[in-house]
Amino acid sequence: MATSEELKQRIEAALPGASAQVTGDDGAHFEAVVVAPQFEGMSRIAQHRLVYDVFEGELGGSIHALSLQTKAPARSSS
Amino acid sequence: MSEETNPLRDAISEAIDENPVILFMKGTPEQPMCGFSARTAAALQALGAPFAAVDILPDPRIRQELSALSNWPTIPQLFVRGELIGGADIVAEMYETGELAEVLGVEQPTIAEPTAAEAGSAPLQPENRLG
Repeated sequence: MATSEELKQRIEAALPGASAQVTGDDGAHFEAVVVAPQFEGMSRIAQHRLVYDVFEGELGGSIHALSLQTKAPARSSS
Repeated sequence: MSEETNPLRDAISEAIDENPVILFMKGTPEQPMCGFSARTAAALQALGAPFAAVDILPDPRIRQELSALSNWPTIPQLFVRGELIGGADIVAEMYETGELAEVLGVEQPTIAEPTAAEAGSAPLQPENRLG
C-alpha cells in the first residue's frame, strides 16, 4: 500500500530539485503540492502530466486519486 | 496510418471535436458518482456554461480509450474546443482565478470586473453520446 512519504520520495527522485508535500493516509487518496524547477514555463496540463508520469499505470488503480497543485519555484534572483 | 480500426476511440474523438465543451466524468452532472467529477461539473454549472457530458462508467473501455487519446490518466477530463483543459484540480484552480470563464467565453458570476465575453458559446444540450 502506498504511503504519502513514498509518493513524496518518488516525486522528488523523478524531478531533481523538486519539493513535494504529500498528504493522505488511506493508501489510495492523496493530495500533493509540488514545487519543481522543471515546471518553469510549462502549462498546468504539462506540469500535471510530469507528475502523473511518475506514477504511470498506478493512478486510477492502486492510487485511486492524486489531487495535485503544481508550481514553479518563485525566482529569488533576476 | 491506423493499424486497426477502433470505432470507440473514433467515437470519442468525434465527440470531442463536435462539442465545444465536453466533460468526461463518472456519473452524470445530475448524479455524479465521484467527488472529483461532481466538483468539475459543478464549476461548469456555476458558470452557466452549456456542456456535453459523457458518463464513462457504463463501459470501462471508454476510460481506457479516452486516456490513451488524451494522455491523461484520471477522470474527469474537460475538453474545450477540442483541447484538453485538465482534470478536477486544474478546472477548480481555473474556476477560482476566472480563467475557466475566460476559456468558456462566459462571465464569472461573482468575481469582480467582468471582461467583455464576445465569443458566446453555441447552445448545446448535454447528452450522453457514448452511453
